[in-house]
Amino acid sequence: MNSKLYGSLIFELSHEGRRGYSLPKNNFGDYEIPASMQRAEEAQLPECDELTVVRHYTNLSTNNFGVDTGFYPLGSCTMKYNPKINEEMAALPQFQDLHPKQPVSTVKGALALVTLLEKSLCELTGLAHFTFKPYAGAHGELTGLMTIDNYHRSHGDLQRKKVIVPDSAHGTNPASAAVCGLEIIEVKSDSNGQVDFEDLERLVAQEGPYIAAMMMTNPNTLGLFETRIPEIARLIHDCGGLMYYDGANLNPMLGACRPGDMGFDVMHINLHKTFSTPHGGGGPGSGPVGVREGLQDFFPVVSPYHGNFAVMMRAYAYILSLGREEVKLVGPLATLNANYIKESLKDVYELPIDTTCCHEFVFDGLKDKSTGVTTMDVAKRLLDYGYHAPTIYFPLLFHESLMIEPTENESKETLDGFIAVMRQIAEEAKANPDEVKSAPHLTPIGRVDDVLAAKHPVTTYRQLKAEA
Amino acid sequence: MMEKVGVKTLDDLYAQIPESIRFRGDYQIPSEMSEMEVRDVFEKLGSQNNQLTCFAGYGVYDHYTPSVIPSLVQRSEFLTSYTPYQAEISQGTLHYIFEYQSMMAELTGMDISNASMYDGTTATAEAMMMAVAAGKKVNKVLVSETLNGDIRKVLDTYALHQGIELETIGEKGGETDVEDLKTKLAAGGVAGVIVQQPNACGIVEDFTGFADACHDNKALLIINSVAADLAVLKTPGEWGADIAVGDGQSLGIPMQFGGPYVGYMCCTEKLIRKMPGRIVGMTKDSRDQRAFVLTLQAREQHIRRQKATSNICSNQSLMALFVTIYMSLMGKQGLKEAAQLSYAGAHYLCDKLLATGQFSLVYDKPFFNEFLVRYDGDIDRLFSVYLMNGILPGVKMSDGSLLIAVTEKRTKEEIDRFVEALPLVNGLH
Amino acid sequence: MAKVIEGLYYSESHEYVRVEGDFGFIGITDFAQNALGNVVYVDMPDVDDEVEAGEEFGAVESVKAASDLYSPVSGKVVEVNEALEDQPELINEDAFENWIIKVELCDKSELDALMDAAAYEAFCAK
Repeated sequence: MNSKLYGSLIFELSHEGRRGYSLPKNNFGDYEIPASMQRAEEAQLPECDELTVVRHYTNLSTNNFGVDTGFYPLGSCTMKYNPKINEEMAALPQFQDLHPKQPVSTVKGALALVTLLEKSLCELTGLAHFTFKPYAGAHGELTGLMTIDNYHRSHGDLQRKKVIVPDSAHGTNPASAAVCGLEIIEVKSDSNGQVDFEDLERLVAQEGPYIAAMMMTNPNTLGLFETRIPEIARLIHDCGGLMYYDGANLNPMLGACRPGDMGFDVMHINLHKTFSTPHGGGGPGSGPVGVREGLQDFFPVVSPYHGNFAVMMRAYAYILSLGREEVKLVGPLATLNANYIKESLKDVYELPIDTTCCHEFVFDGLKDKSTGVTTMDVAKRLLDYGYHAPTIYFPLLFHESLMIEPTENESKETLDGFIAVMRQIAEEAKANPDEVKSAPHLTPIGRVDDVLAAKHPVTTYRQLKAEA
Repeated sequence: MMEKVGVKTLDDLYAQIPESIRFRGDYQIPSEMSEMEVRDVFEKLGSQNNQLTCFAGYGVYDHYTPSVIPSLVQRSEFLTSYTPYQAEISQGTLHYIFEYQSMMAELTGMDISNASMYDGTTATAEAMMMAVAAGKKVNKVLVSETLNGDIRKVLDTYALHQGIELETIGEKGGETDVEDLKTKLAAGGVAGVIVQQPNACGIVEDFTGFADACHDNKALLIINSVAADLAVLKTPGEWGADIAVGDGQSLGIPMQFGGPYVGYMCCTEKLIRKMPGRIVGMTKDSRDQRAFVLTLQAREQHIRRQKATSNICSNQSLMALFVTIYMSLMGKQGLKEAAQLSYAGAHYLCDKLLATGQFSLVYDKPFFNEFLVRYDGDIDRLFSVYLMNGILPGVKMSDGSLLIAVTEKRTKEEIDRFVEALPLVNGLH
Repeated sequence: MAKVIEGLYYSESHEYVRVEGDFGFIGITDFAQNALGNVVYVDMPDVDDEVEAGEEFGAVESVKAASDLYSPVSGKVVEVNEALEDQPELINEDAFENWIIKVELCDKSELDALMDAAAYEAFCAK
C-alpha cells in the first residue's frame, strides 16, 4: 500500500454532500420524527462516494498479514488454513436471513445443524452435552466456570470458591475466574515443565473443601502433555472438585486422546482455533462449552440465542470435510511439524525443556545471549522476511519466551523456509546485531511508540482534530 | 521428517500419553466429504428453513446490507489475520478499529469507545461490572423493568457470580418510573443504573432528570440503545449517560440466526481506564509516521490476569469492520435516511392496523420503529396463517401481545400485504 | 543496582514509607520502577480516603504491566502527588523523590513490621 496516497482516515476523505448509498424513496406519507425525540447535534460521520470507500478499505487490507498471506507460527493460536467452502456455506441466505426468534417450525434446518455439530463435538471430546452460547474462548471459560459454580451451589457447597491453575496458564484463566467470583491458587510447574504433583498434593491437602475446580490445558502452554493427568483428575475429584479443560490446545489431541477420557468434566473449545474458523483480525470466534453427563442442567445463560451461529456453520463444514478418516491425522501431523522445527533449531535457540512436544514448543530466546538481541528483536526481524512472528513473552515461565505452533497444514517446504530464516537471524544477531535490534525495516511502519500511546491515548478522530 | 524428529511412526510421537486414555480407532462422525457433498448437506438443511418477510425485532433487526460490504470483509488479509499484537503488520486492522471507535463515539455522543465486544447483551453486563468496579464499595445496580428480557437474563447470570445485587425499577405506563428510580437511588449503595432507549416495547422514553438523580447519588447512568436508532434519536451522551452500550447488528449485519453481531461500549473520558476490551490509540513509529497500536493493554487479561477489568480477550473485529464500512458508505445522511424510513414504515403500519379495529396499542406512548399491540383474536392462529403466507408478523410476548418492528427494508407493498393477510385469519373462524 | 535509601521503611511489595513526624510519604522503590518500565499512569486515591496496612490503595501502570499499590501503613490520605497526573514518568526519574501519597499515620507501631534499608536490600538480592 502506498501510505502517502492511501494512508488517510476515512474522515479525511469525506466531502459534504457525497453519497455512497442508495435507499428506496420514502412514500409512506407524512411521518416526520418529532423534534423532541431527535438528537441536537448530528453525528459527524463521513460522507464518501462508493469508490472512495472501496479503495480505502482495499488498500488498508494490504497493510495486514493473514494466514492466506504467509506462515503464521503463533503458539497457542492454532493459525490453520480457513477453508473457503466454510465461507460459502456460512453465507447461504437460507441461514443468513433467519431471525433468532423465528418459531421453531420455520428453522428446523438451523436447529438440526446445531444438534449435528453438538454430536460431532461430543464424539471428538468424549463429553456428553454442549452449549454454543459462549461467543469466544474467554467467554467459554467463564461459562464453564459458572457451570461448575452452579453445580457446587446446587449441592450447598457455597464455600467452594477456589480454582487451581498452573503457574504457566494463559491470562484469561485467572481473569475468567475473577469474573466468576472465584479465587485463583497457583500450582507450580516442575523442572520438566509439567504440573508439580507434590505441590498439587500439598495444595489439595490444605484447601480440599474449598476447591471448586482445577483449570488446565493439556497439552499445557509449553506444548507438553501432562502425563500424570489421570492421577491429577483423581486427586481433584476425590476432594470434591471438578476438572476444567481449557480447549485452546485441543488441536494435537485430535486422533490421540479425548479430554473426557483424561478425566475432565467441563471444557471449552475455541472453534476459531481447532476447527478452522477465521480469526477475523481478532474475532468473531466461538467458544462452545461441553460437559459430562449430569452437568448440563447447570449451564448459565450468557447470551440470548445459539451464540455465533454463522461461525458454528463454518466449523461444521470443516468437520464434514475432514471426516472420520482425516480428523485423526490432525493431531499427529501438527505434532510432527512442531517437533521437526524444534529439532532443526535447538542448536541456535535455547530449548529449556528438551523433550518430545505436542503441537507447539517454547524457546527461551537465542542460545547466544551475548549479542543483546532479544526475542522481541527476533520477532520483529522475522516480519522483514515475510513471516508472522511467533508468540512472544508468553508463557511467563521464561524471560525470553518464543512459542512456535506450525499447525498441521504447512508443507515441509514452508517449514524448511522458516527454519532457514530463523538460522539466518541467529547469524545476523552475531554479525550485525544492530540490524536486528532496529527491525523491522521492510514493513509498512517501523516499531511504534507505545509509551506515548499509553500515556496520552488518542482514540478518536474528534480528539485528534481537537488536539491538532 | 520423522527421521529428524527421531520417531519411526506418527504413533511414537504420543508415547508419553498413558495407554489407558489413549484414543485409538475411529471417531463416530460422518465419513470424509468432498466439497460437492458438503454443499449438498447444507442445501438440504437450508431447505428446512423458511425465509420470511420479517417484522420481528426485540433486539435483532432485518436491515439492508450494502453489496460492497461482504466483498470487502471477505478479503483474506482482513478475514484470516490474527489480533493486531504485532502493530507493524497489522496497520490495516488497527486503522479500521480507530475509525470504528471514532464513529461509535460520534453515534453515541460519548467521548471514548472501545474496539467492540461480543454483543449488546454481554456489553451491558460488562457495563454493569464496570460501574460496580468504578464505585467505592457499592455492589447494587438498578435495572429498569422496561429493559429487554434477553438482556436481563444475561445480567442476572453475571450478577449472581459476581455478588452484584440487581434491583428492578418499576414501570409506569410503559416507561421507567422516575419516582421509583429516585426512591431506590436515595436508599443508597447504588453503583449504576441501566435503562434502554427505545425500551423493550419500542417506546422512546423521557430520561429528563435521570442523569442528575444518578450523579447526585454517585451512581453511573448506563443507557442501552440499538445503534442505528442513534442516527436520529437523542443520544446517551445528550442524556448525560456515563456509559453507552448496545448492539451494532442494526448497522447492516445480517440476522444469521443469532450471531455474530457486535457489541459497542462507549464512555466518558474519565472512565477510559476502567473500560474493558481492546482500545486502539494513535501514535508515531520509528520513522515518524502516523501509526496505530493497541493501547492501555495494562488493563487487559494477558497482563492484569485476575485483576483485569474483565476477562474479555477477543473483540468481534471483523464485525466491527463490517459496521465501519457500513457507516462509511451510508454516512451521515444515509444513516439518518434509513432511520427515517424505519420510523415512517412503522407508523404507517401501526395506523393501518389500528384502523382495522382489531388491534390496539398496549401503551399510548411515542415509539420509534417498533411497537407493541394487542390483537383481539387468536394470536397463535394469526401466527400460523401469516407464517404460511411467508410473513413473520413480529415477536409474541409472554402475555400474548405482539411486538412489531419495521425497518428500511420493508417496502410499502410488504407492509400492505401484512394488513391484507388479516382477513385470511378471520376467514378461518 | 537499585537505589535503596537509609532511614526509610520498606515493604515486601516494594513500597517505602518516609516518616516525618506524624505523617508518612508513601511511594514505590527504585527496584519497582525499574521492573515496571516507563510509567504511563498512576491511579491514586482521593484526599480523605482511608488506607489500611496491607490493603490496596491504587496502581501504577506501564505499557507492559500494571502493579497494584499496597499501603505499608494505616491512616488517612492528606495529600496526593498531583504532579504525577501529568507526568507519571517522574517516578522513573526518581522514585524516592516522587512519592505518591502522604498519609496521617494512625498507628506508628506498624512500622516495626516493615524492613529497614539493609533488610530490604537483602530481600531484593534474593
